[in-house]
Formats: sequence, C-alpha cells, structure tokens
Amino acid sequence: MTPPVATPAGRSAGAFARAAWAAIALPFVAIVMALVVGALIILVSELLVTGRPFQPTLPLTAYQALFVGAFGSFDGLVATFVNAAPLVLGGLSVAIGFKAGLFNIGAQGQFLMGALGSVMAGVAVATWPPFLAIPIAVAAGLLAGAIMGFIPGILKALSGAHEVVTTIMLNYIAVGVLAALVSGPLKVPRSPSPVTYDVGNAAYPIILGRDGHLGILVALAGVAIIWWLLYRTTWGFEIRTVGANPEAARYAGMHPRAVIAFTMTLCGMLAGLAGTGVLLGVSHSMTSSFGTTVGFDSIAVALLARSNPVGIIFAAILFGAMRAGAGLMQIQAQIPVELVDVVQATILLFLVASPVLRALFRLRGVQTELGSTDTITRTYGGEAVR
Amino acid sequence: MTHPADSSLSPGLSPTLAPALAMRGITKRYPGVVANDQISLDVRPGEIHALLGENGAGKTTLMNVLYGLARPDEGQILLDGQPVRIEDPADAIARGINMVHQHFMLVPVLSVAENILLGEETMANPIFLDRNEAHRRIVELGRRFGFEIDPDVKVGSLSVGWQQRVEILKALYRRARILVLDEPTAVLTPQETEEIFAVLRRLAQDGHSIVFISHKLYEVLEIADRITVIRRGKVVGERIPTETNEDDLAELMVGREVQLTVDRGISHPAGVVLEVDGLRVKDDRGNEVVRGVDLEVRAGEIFGIAGVAGNGQDELVEAIVGLRRPAGGRVSLGGTDVTGRSPRAMNEAGVAYVPADRHRFGLVLAFPLADNLVLTSYYRRPYSRGILRDDAAILRDAEKTIERFDIRTPSATVKAGTLSGGNQQKAIVAREFGREIQLLVLDQPTRGLDVGSIEFIHRQAIDKRNAGTALLLVSAELDEILEMSDRIGVMYRGTIVAVMDGRTADKNEVGLLMATGGAEHGADATEGRTA
Repeated sequence: MTPPVATPAGRSAGAFARAAWAAIALPFVAIVMALVVGALIILVSELLVTGRPFQPTLPLTAYQALFVGAFGSFDGLVATFVNAAPLVLGGLSVAIGFKAGLFNIGAQGQFLMGALGSVMAGVAVATWPPFLAIPIAVAAGLLAGAIMGFIPGILKALSGAHEVVTTIMLNYIAVGVLAALVSGPLKVPRSPSPVTYDVGNAAYPIILGRDGHLGILVALAGVAIIWWLLYRTTWGFEIRTVGANPEAARYAGMHPRAVIAFTMTLCGMLAGLAGTGVLLGVSHSMTSSFGTTVGFDSIAVALLARSNPVGIIFAAILFGAMRAGAGLMQIQAQIPVELVDVVQATILLFLVASPVLRALFRLRGVQTELGSTDTITRTYGGEAVR
Repeated sequence: MTHPADSSLSPGLSPTLAPALAMRGITKRYPGVVANDQISLDVRPGEIHALLGENGAGKTTLMNVLYGLARPDEGQILLDGQPVRIEDPADAIARGINMVHQHFMLVPVLSVAENILLGEETMANPIFLDRNEAHRRIVELGRRFGFEIDPDVKVGSLSVGWQQRVEILKALYRRARILVLDEPTAVLTPQETEEIFAVLRRLAQDGHSIVFISHKLYEVLEIADRITVIRRGKVVGERIPTETNEDDLAELMVGREVQLTVDRGISHPAGVVLEVDGLRVKDDRGNEVVRGVDLEVRAGEIFGIAGVAGNGQDELVEAIVGLRRPAGGRVSLGGTDVTGRSPRAMNEAGVAYVPADRHRFGLVLAFPLADNLVLTSYYRRPYSRGILRDDAAILRDAEKTIERFDIRTPSATVKAGTLSGGNQQKAIVAREFGREIQLLVLDQPTRGLDVGSIEFIHRQAIDKRNAGTALLLVSAELDEILEMSDRIGVMYRGTIVAVMDGRTADKNEVGLLMATGGAEHGADATEGRTA
C-alpha cells in the first residue's frame, strides 16, 4: 500500500478524535451494554421473583443510588478509591502479562500470597516504628507475590507448561496454604476463630478522609513505574517485543524464555502488592476466609483497559465505584449488591466477545485502529489472540 | 476506454464480442490515500491480460473490488456487457470469477478431490457427497487442460507446482470463466513456470479470460496478450508484448528509468570470512534437512545459493546466524569457531541477516517503524543507557535512516505493519546494512517486492560487496541468483550439489540441478564443478 499522505493540519484534530474514539469505543460500548443487561435483569426479577408492585423505573433508581453511593459524598469517593487501589495493581499485573503474551490468571493466588507475606512480616514487626515496619511488611508481600509469579514463569520458560494451567493450579494452592497457616501456626492462641494478630505499626497510614490509606498512592506509583518500565526502558521493550512477536525477539537477540520468567515474576509482585494493600490498609489482620475476588476482577480491569497502564486507573475506578456504591443501591432500591457482579461479568463477556460488539455496532474502523496487531495472549499452539 | 487497434493483434479473438469483464472508472479511496483512481480494464474472452504494477500500486485493491472484498466508491463492473454489483466473494464465484491466491488456500491433509469440493460440494443427495461424479469431473477437467491428476492424492504430498494446478482445477470446477492469478509464478521453478504457462494458454484457447498479476516483466511479456500497467492507483499505459520491452514496461511501472540488471562489475574476493564445514541441521519436526553442507564465502564476493524453496536453505541460514543450533558440523567466522553462538553474539561479531519471512522474524508489525529500526541494537548506545531507552536518539536516527534509505512512510512513528512490503523490506535492509559488518546473509531479500525496491536492494548489496563485505544470498528466484552471484551453489535436499562460477553459469543447467540434484550428485560432481 502506498503510505497515506496526510497533511499535518488534517492529522491533528480530526485524527486525534478518531484515535481517541478508537481507543475507548469498545470498552465504552461494553459498559453501556452491560448496564442495559443489568437493567433488564432488575426488571425481570421484579416481575417474576419479588412479587412487589412493578416499578418500571427501578433500574434507574438502582443505578442512581449506585452512582451517588460511589461519587455522591466525600466518604463515598474515598471508598471508591480504596476499592480501586488493589484493582489498579492487580490490573497492572494482568496487563503486563498480556504485554508479554502471557495470560496471568494467577493474580488471585499471587494476591492472597502477597497478603499472607505481609501479615506474617507485619505481625512480627508490629511494634517496630512504622518507618521500618511498613517497608518490611511491604517487602514481604512483594517477595511472596514474586515467588508465586516466578513458579509459573520458570515452568513456562523451561518446559513450555502453559501459564493458564499452572496459575489456576497455584490459585488453589494459595487458598489452601492460606487456610492452613491462618488456622494453624499464625492463629492467635486460644482464639475461638482462625484469625491472626494485628499488623500494628505496619499498617498503612490513613492519608485521605476516614479510610483512605497509603495504598491509593502506592497504586498510582505502580502505574507510573509500570508505564515507565514498559515504554521507557529496554526491559519493557523486550517484554513488548516478546509479546508481539517472540520469533522476532529471538532474531533480535533477546531471550524470550528469560523475559517470560522475569515478566511472570513481575506479575506476581504487582498482584502481591495488591494483597499487601488490602491487608495493611483495610483488614490489618487475616482470617481464614480472607480473600476477595480482587485477583479475578483484575483480569476484567486489564481487559477493559486494553492493558493500557493509564486506562487501568479508569477501569479500576469504575469497578471500585460499583463496589463502593453497591451498599447504597441495596438500601435505596432493594437490589442485592450481587447485581454489581452481574454487571462486571457482563462487561467481561462483551469484551471477550468483542467481534460480536463490533458487528452489532459497526465499530469497523475501530477494529483496525485499535491495533489488531496487539497480542492479548497466545493459545496452546502459540497462536496469537488479538 | 477503447482500443480498436488491439483486437486485431490478439490472435483468436473476435473483435465483435463484448469484453468478458470490463471495469470502468473504478475509484476506491481509503483514508488519506486513493488506492484506485478511475481505473478501467477490459478483459476479452480468451485473453490473458496482465496487470503489472509495483506493490502498493493498487493491483490488489482492484482485484478485491472485482472479487467483492471491497466496495468501489465510484465506477462500474460489467460482465459480458451487463453491469453487475458484486456483493461478496461467493457472489463473484457464482458469476464465474475465481481467484488463485499467491498463498494457496488448500488443506494439505485432504485429498485433491476433497479440497476441490470444499465449499462447492457436489451432492448425491442432501446428506452425502457424490464422490464418483466429482472424481469424473476432476479427471475430465484435468485431461481437457493437459494435466491429469489423481483426485485421491493428498494435497500435502504434491509439489508446489501441482498444488497450484489444484487451485486452478478448483476454479474450473466452479465453472470459472474469469480467472485471476495473483503472482502465480512466485514459488515456481523455471520449468514449473513453463508448465503452468502451457496450462494457462490452453485455458485461454478454451475461452477463459485470465487476469495475470505480476511484477516479473519477462514473464508478462511471454504470457500476456495485453498488458495494463498501473502506478499509484492509476492506469499509466496499455501495451502489447510485441510492441514493448522490459525497459519500457519498467519505466512505465516505476515512473522513471530503471536499471533492470545491476552491473555488478568484477569482484575482488579477499580472505575467507564464512566457513561452513559439514553442517547438519534439523528442522522443527526433527528431520535432518541440512545434511552436511560445506561452503566458503570470501570478503568482497557474493555467494548465491540457488534451490527450490524447502531444500534446507532456511535452516542452513538460521544455523549460520545463530537462530538454530546445528546438529553437527562447524561454522567459522574469520577463522573463529562460532558454531551454536546466540543471535546476539553473531550480531555483535558483525553478522547481519535479512530474514526470508520479514513478518515472522524481521519486524514487529505492531511497533513503530523507529522501534523496528533499532530492533537489533536497542540495548546499545546511543539508543539506551543502562536500561533507559533514549527515545530522542532512536527517533533522530530513524529519521536519518528513513531519509538515507528512502523509506516511504508518513513518519517514523507509524506502525511497521502499515507500510508496504517494499518499504518494510527497506526498513530491514536499512537496519542490517547500516552498520559495520563483515558478513551479510540475505534470505530471499526481494521476495514479493516491486522492481523499484528490488533495484534498490540489489544495488545496496553490490555496494556492500564492493566495500569488502562477504555476502551469502539465498533465493528461490533463479534470475536473482544468476544476476547477483559471483559464485553459485545449488542446494538440493540438504546438500550443495554443485558450485559454479556466477559469470558462466547457465540458467537451464542450474534450473535442472535445482529440480533433480543432477544425475550423479555427490562428492565427484561437486568437486568437478567447483569454480
């Protein structure tokens, strides 16, 4: 093809708007469609299940409450940020895997182990001064996450074992290890329930409102560091090259196996840091049922942001806001908080089935401009999924 | 557009017949580029009509319009004088238009008959195929056009030339009247090319219209009844083979005078740079496809390896540049044993490599051009310090390189995947040629490129040779080997069966060696021919 000859002036405004739309069209449509599906579910359940008088505007009431709950007050806003912080780090973990052509389903296990590492170290140094205790607890979380990432990474590098399989397995192992330790060696003696000691001085300090802890800043710093790493360093260049074209990476003298092991370790550290944040910032101790779905939601966040580090902030805030606002929605509209899970899952479905969306909404130009050459992950056969 | 004079010159055509296919004023715009600008094309019944143009000239777009893959913004398509609207490829096929793509769309594990029936099943009843009827028709069609084929043979076991015939059979089976062949000879030996030309002539005699897309001038002159040349989306001329020549066509196509054969001058070979000793290499499936290759390349000479694709050339080259670990033998560079060294070690030792598959190895299509230009040097100064990339330096040098190697691109930051094939290859050449090297390995450096780009790359290669670099050139294009090489080695089934002087080598002799390996190939023959 002859290279398009575009005038410099014509490129600026119109082209920028087109590029911006191309970047956000798909996630935007997916979110809107998921909200529509959520509204239909609310209506159907009202009609068939609850037996209450039918209110056709109930979905609007529910979504309004959801929005007000998340953004309508200072406390609500802080809660949104607190919920978003681990999703940012988890999202980065999954996204950097995508950049290297790896599908890190193990974010949940890495998240749990990160929290476990932090609670073990945090309890041990609970009485130390915070400027020592916090870094030690954070480092322990990073290390635990790193180990959980390194295992599937080195397995893939040495034997080709697919990371989707190994990380799913490791998720189960993480749940088991956590339960065993919290109900065994880490349990507060003679406590009736399996719970660890408090991390004391190792807890993240509050920096915003009543609940806004240091983890929010850690998450933002994580975005900056990962963006810098991916786009400003040779390591990031190697990660992206291995993800986009492993053969060309080998030709260019890179070592795809080493890059894979390194990247998975980095994935583990990021997801581990997410767990550290929840533990040191919110729960401060661990029970055997510790375990939100942060690791799994992170996959949705990364997909929604199309692995863009800055986009991850917005995707995480969206998901964080839904968590933060769900309570008010339940109170005002009597819609169970689980609706939020339905909406999140539906967003993911629409994203994964993006060709369907593209066809439905004629997002044709979007398809090519989104970079159909960007690799999301590779199948068992090594074929790129875009 | 009418050309009353032409019809009398095309033998066997009735001038009163309406064109089997007429494309009138076809215009197709893409954002920022007019791919087809008022293109008109008439193809008569029984005519072989060549469509000649550089890559990116708009040939493919025009054929996509014809095949229903792209909708024209303006213009009309007429079949037998009747205006038609072609909705999609199925519609095109139903109207008798068929395409034989450059990359065959065949399933290797299925038989000839099964491949032909795919998508156009001949049914005995709503559930079962009518295999007997299908067999009968396939055999009959083959006989009619001079190539009998066993419908039960697995396609994967056929040679490339025969696979192409299966593609043609497939089109005929669908009752194609207009056959579009996209660069059909790109993968064939000279002998196979002659055979396929015979088939095409039979088809034309039978009244089929053939659109023959190519950039090989001599082929077009040999096979076509008429030649339409496109440049930058416009028809720039129509020619009849008897009234034109290669230089005229090349000038039309490129828009300026082109030197078709590079004057390579006399080589002044110096010391041995690359020495390969009894090299054995396995392919991905573990078969030994390089079975003891010995060769020497001296500084200041071009050593060409001729051979039909798939005789171990790719694996040989990959073993030399470090991408594939040899199963045995030795590779030395300037007297140092470098067997099994990593690609980066070879790169740093002064080995440059232009890979055969530029999409697989040579480029990261999703990356900006500038990143691709530093793909093998990104980790060194001035492009990075420690782990820190220096984007300013990368961009600055990219702009210089774009200028120096005349890479046509809107900017250094566009994705490499958006460039034309010729410009992609120029980017690789720029990256690999633009540094201090002692050995340059070129694997199919001009495959699928237009004459302008080929000329450019050949001249760059000759310049490197004259500057004292050793060049190893692998190509399935025999003409390229003959034109460029100071010495020629013929590779057949994993060994070099003959080495000869590039100035005196005879095309037919090399072609025969490529196809058969020579009657008594082995040590005696090799030594006997060594120049």
